[in-house]
Amino acid sequence: MTVAATVNGKSCHLADGTTVALLVDEWCPSPRGVAVAVNGEVVPKSTWEQVQVAPGDAVEIVSAAAGG
Amino acid sequence: MNDAALTDPFMVAGTVMPSRLLLGTGGMTSPESLTMALRASGTSLVTVAVRRVDPATRHSLVDLLDGLGIRILPNTAGCFTAVDAVLTARLAREAFSTDWVKLEVIGDDRTLLPDPIELLVAAEQLVDDGFVVLPYCGDDPVVALRLEQVGCAAVMPLGAPIGSGLGIRNPHNIQLIVERAGVPVILDAGIGTASDACLAMELGCSGVLVASAVTRAEDPALMATAMRDAVAAGRAACRAGRITRRFVAEASSSFDGLVDPVTSVEA
Repeated sequence: MTVAATVNGKSCHLADGTTVALLVDEWCPSPRGVAVAVNGEVVPKSTWEQVQVAPGDAVEIVSAAAGG
Repeated sequence: MNDAALTDPFMVAGTVMPSRLLLGTGGMTSPESLTMALRASGTSLVTVAVRRVDPATRHSLVDLLDGLGIRILPNTAGCFTAVDAVLTARLAREAFSTDWVKLEVIGDDRTLLPDPIELLVAAEQLVDDGFVVLPYCGDDPVVALRLEQVGCAAVMPLGAPIGSGLGIRNPHNIQLIVERAGVPVILDAGIGTASDACLAMELGCSGVLVASAVTRAEDPALMATAMRDAVAAGRAACRAGRITRRFVAEASSSFDGLVDPVTSVEA
């Protein structure tokens, strides 16, 4: 059973029950300096282990980049 | 803490800033080049953009800045609406554990000039949400005052469009902004070389933010050194009280005590 969602603009099929914490682990060498939004709302770091990606969710995983 | 920080402190939101030169990481060509430039500049506050993570990127800008003991100032660069800017600021707060934000909301992607309407809306929301807001704005004294009135901790008017290197296009307006501001004025955008940064400080700005002029210079570390010196020179000149501009001369040597002029000998 997979969950269809978009992560950083890409369509993905994630394992059912994938948490934000797991997703960050896959995408980032370290969770330091990383933030996540789901459907336009920031997901606090303290809840990453509990929040699961739901079907149709748009997930954004961001960090610092050269700019500004 | 250096001497200047003790005798002529630069404060933003109640925090003493060890340096009046802020740098932006935009345009950096490599982490090594950025590191050398940051060290040479003596800066203590550096802006970063907030972007989607790229799994292919190996280096961490956050680690680089942390390693140098430099504070991060996240920037909402690339946002066109207040809604996007507010979300970006909130993401940045979560990512970098700071409630300081450089608020940038642009009107179009050719001029990159700030959209003052969206900027004010976003500034008010973010101030209400507990952020320390440093807005990047145009050189309009009316907008600068409105930003201060909604609670921004500083105002950051441009000298010229981002990356243009055109220097300060309207020194008169910058002076007007400085005169009326009750918060620090940090000239941000358009600086091309050291003399531009020096002029900003002579006009009374509390600090300058430089990105492209350093990161895209042929020798970024050397230009960073020049900017550091220029900011110090401009600040000292501002505090020293310059002479007024005169339409005609004012002799620096007195005419008293001159020997009598030699008269011509009659033939």
